[in-house]
Amino acid sequence: MSTVMSTVMSMEFLLASGIGALTAAGLYLIMLRRTFPVVIGLSFLSYAVNVFLFSMGRLTIDLPPIVSEAAKGYTDPLPQALVLTAIVITFGMTALIVVLSLRGFLETGSDDVTLQAQPDDDASRASGDGAAR
Amino acid sequence: MKLALIVLIPFIGALLPPLAIRAGRNVCAVVTAGVTGLSLAILLTEVPAVYSGTVPRTSAEWLPSLGLSWSFFVDGLGLFFAALILGIGLLIILYARFYLSSADPMGRFFCYLLLFQGSMVGIVLSDNILLLIVFWELTSLTSFLLIGYWYHLPESRAGARMALIVTGGGGLALMGGMLLLGNIAGTFELSEILLRGDQIKASPLYVPMLLLVLIGAFTKSAQFPFHFWLPHAMAAPTPVSAYLHSATMVKAGVFLLARLWPALAGTPEWFMIVALTGAVTMVIAAWIGLFKDDLKGLLAFSTVSHLGLLTMLLGFGTRSAMVAAMFHVLNHATFKAALFMSAGIVDHETGTRDIRKLGGLRHLMPITATLAIIAAASMAGVPFLNGFLSKEMMLEEASHTAYAGLWWLLPLLATVGALFSAAYSARLVFHVFFGKERHDYPHHPHDPPVGMWLPVALLVIPVIAIGIMPAFFAGAIVERTALAAVGGALPDYYLAIWHGVTPALFMSAIALTGGLAMLWAYPAINRWRLSVPRPDAMTMFQAVIAALVMAARRLLDLIDNRSLPRYLAAIVATIGVFGLAGYFGAAHLPGTRETLPISLPAVTGWGVLLAACVLIVLRHHDRLFALIVTSVVGLIVSLAFLQFSAPDLALTQISVEVVTTILLLLAINLLPRTTPDEMSGGAKLSAGALAVLGGIGVTALAYAIMTRGFETISDYHIAQSKPGGGGTNVVNVILVDFRGYDTFGEIIVLAIAALTIFALLDSALKGESAKRLAAMRTSAKAHDPHPLLLTVVTRVLLPLSLMVGVYILLRGHNLPGGGFIAGLIVAIAFIMQYMASGYVWAHERARFDAHVMIGGGVAVAGLTGLASLLFDRPFLTSTFGYFDMSIFGEVELASAMAFDVGVFFTVVGTCILSLATISRVEERAEQPPETAGVPAP
Repeated sequence: MSTVMSTVMSMEFLLASGIGALTAAGLYLIMLRRTFPVVIGLSFLSYAVNVFLFSMGRLTIDLPPIVSEAAKGYTDPLPQALVLTAIVITFGMTALIVVLSLRGFLETGSDDVTLQAQPDDDASRASGDGAAR
Repeated sequence: MKLALIVLIPFIGALLPPLAIRAGRNVCAVVTAGVTGLSLAILLTEVPAVYSGTVPRTSAEWLPSLGLSWSFFVDGLGLFFAALILGIGLLIILYARFYLSSADPMGRFFCYLLLFQGSMVGIVLSDNILLLIVFWELTSLTSFLLIGYWYHLPESRAGARMALIVTGGGGLALMGGMLLLGNIAGTFELSEILLRGDQIKASPLYVPMLLLVLIGAFTKSAQFPFHFWLPHAMAAPTPVSAYLHSATMVKAGVFLLARLWPALAGTPEWFMIVALTGAVTMVIAAWIGLFKDDLKGLLAFSTVSHLGLLTMLLGFGTRSAMVAAMFHVLNHATFKAALFMSAGIVDHETGTRDIRKLGGLRHLMPITATLAIIAAASMAGVPFLNGFLSKEMMLEEASHTAYAGLWWLLPLLATVGALFSAAYSARLVFHVFFGKERHDYPHHPHDPPVGMWLPVALLVIPVIAIGIMPAFFAGAIVERTALAAVGGALPDYYLAIWHGVTPALFMSAIALTGGLAMLWAYPAINRWRLSVPRPDAMTMFQAVIAALVMAARRLLDLIDNRSLPRYLAAIVATIGVFGLAGYFGAAHLPGTRETLPISLPAVTGWGVLLAACVLIVLRHHDRLFALIVTSVVGLIVSLAFLQFSAPDLALTQISVEVVTTILLLLAINLLPRTTPDEMSGGAKLSAGALAVLGGIGVTALAYAIMTRGFETISDYHIAQSKPGGGGTNVVNVILVDFRGYDTFGEIIVLAIAALTIFALLDSALKGESAKRLAAMRTSAKAHDPHPLLLTVVTRVLLPLSLMVGVYILLRGHNLPGGGFIAGLIVAIAFIMQYMASGYVWAHERARFDAHVMIGGGVAVAGLTGLASLLFDRPFLTSTFGYFDMSIFGEVELASAMAFDVGVFFTVVGTCILSLATISRVEERAEQPPETAGVPAP
């Protein structure tokens, strides 16, 4: 760890590696077999994506995009505006998949994201196309 | 415009029969006939122009960039075919009125028929080959509907599907061919292409293009080896067979060959492929037809055989052969449609179409018998009927055409084809209408009502008239049609009965006598035929289709194992592969943008974040712990936003964090508390490897971008924020003003998400879900669901939080804040009430409905946008002014503020609806269900 920090001592690196860590954790969690880790994993990925998007405006300190006489300059407001709505939409998406997984669990009694091949399932699939029969 | 109407009227008119059927079957038929008649009448007004040598055309752009246009033209060829389609269509409508039983839905039938008719007319009048393709595919689709009209019959469905697969597949080949053709010719306008024949034939792409076009034409016209679909399409009602398989659809292939004749014909390739395909089809189909016991099956194969004859003539590539072909199209349409209708009458009256069960109908139904015998004689090539004339012209053409140096091949095939043709015609006549009178029919047959035999009679009249005075009745039509088809002058020819003693006369005589001899020897030939193995097209077709389906299913089972982890891993791996390819394919220079020095708080936050990421991977099995770690991450992210000059984002993130955490807490309460450790070490390792790869890639990408300079488009937004948008908080001005349209879309998405959540959980209170909820009730009950302190504090805090919310909303235009953040804050205040005091308590006291808030919010935002239309400004143009509000001081109110208020209400409504719905479900789990009958464990 310390070798990395001594070579790249910058905010940019901290943020980039933070995004990377969030991405890695998120990717690992969404590849698990239960709904809840998948939801948490998507949350992590959303954090990563939102911060990544935000970082497209580059990093600045103490230059908020609030117009005033005293300001020394402004950071890029456009990525911020995009990310602001993205954060809220992320909430909507998280809420939706949580409820989906909840309903799925209540309906089937299982929170597994892998569909087990059930005999009646195969039957209904086979009857879906008449050409094969 | 007038030309487009001819095509469009049947399509528009197709809406009428399903409505008119309510007024009765006669009205329905009359309306349908009226539509066709109108179209025909408009077409006929073009006759004087076309027959004086002009070519009326009309054009309108559709997709000019692709070369697709609404171009129609009517020349002799198009007029001839369009008139056949519409004219015979009229007779079919009359016939169908009496053919269809009262149990058949007639409105639907005529609707399909008109759609098909419009598509056919579209093909023959299109002046753009892409437009032609559109209509071509439409005929495949509409004929599928017509053939499958009696969809309760399995053979109907099978026949319709087969026709669709074969002709639709051919249509795809044709599309490829047409695209090549258009590229070679440099235009998709048909009349231009026809003038560029030399350029097209010289192109290196000529042969592949020709093959594709021919596949399209041959599948449609049921040429060998695609001949097998047509007989199975005979499962359709007879009017459909008579229409599609005598006059129209199967002629589309022949039409196409004739239409493109000037551009494609005359090369050795054309001659070798087209002439031989036609000749072989003519012989094979006639042979098969001879032994068909199904009356319509016999006619179907006879049609295939005659289409082969036409194809062969077009394949000869000579102008005189074209004359013969066009003459035969006319003749075949008349006698074959008459025969199909007669077959339908026989079927209708006797209850069977099996030739072995028929005989002696001459006595029982004399009118039908007379008409059918004349038509069949014409098909056989008996003199003084129109079929004789064109068949003789065909024999004449074949007699002096050598194929690949073999002078005898084509004359022989032509004579044999004509002989078989005479034989099956004779079989039809003698086995059905002659012979002893039988009384073992399912129904006692007699001549049908006049409406059914009149169309047949109307077709038999030209059969005789042309047969006796060909030049007088058909001369002009044949001349004009052939002229247009060849696109130049015609050679000398005579439409006459007597051409002197020619080779064709001998061939004709051989065919007629041979045919009669064959019928005499029929039982013996049939016994021999049955003793040799015969390939069955339907079995082979089904085997091919079944093999395709099997292969597709194997492939699907391989890919689609219904495992989400596997799909996601595949997606991540794919992205990884592309990322690595990009990485190894480029240089890696470090960015030169000046970096920011690190600070202790930043490193601390970074350390916490990394620790959280490691912890969540290792300890995610404890779901509550995972949730806590997630909130920590959210907190760090908001701090990062704060650090890097984004106060709005920090505020938003932290309030969203609160709402999300509450939401997940509620969900955890109903879901299992832990995640089982069930994945194998290998699976974990590979998931971990992919995850680490992704993480490193994203790190590198983010770092590379952040250390490089960039150009922003935001200078405009910053400069215009105050003068243009009336606010100093540029982020908020962008949201509600510059990019208001995006925001409007986003709050709609939120609203939809909230309503979906409501729908998902509202129905969870019934059925399986409700039973599981009831079962959860007893397990793990909290000691005190509503702690007093929490209840009191949240109730006291409510007004305060509301005021903060309004303040944040109002100041948002100038300082960090705005509708999104204010909405979240207010939502949290309300949700706390649900949390602290329970759903029932809070719901009873709620003075508002979350649904109304969501809808109202979107409506307010939308109406604000629309208001700008009143001032002749575009949607969502904003204006602003300053107002003094006593408590909050001077507040600038922009119309964008009203928009922000809409955002505010949508966000509040969304949050409250989602969380309140979950807590309502939760409440059910805690309280005993009101309805008895759910067994408590």
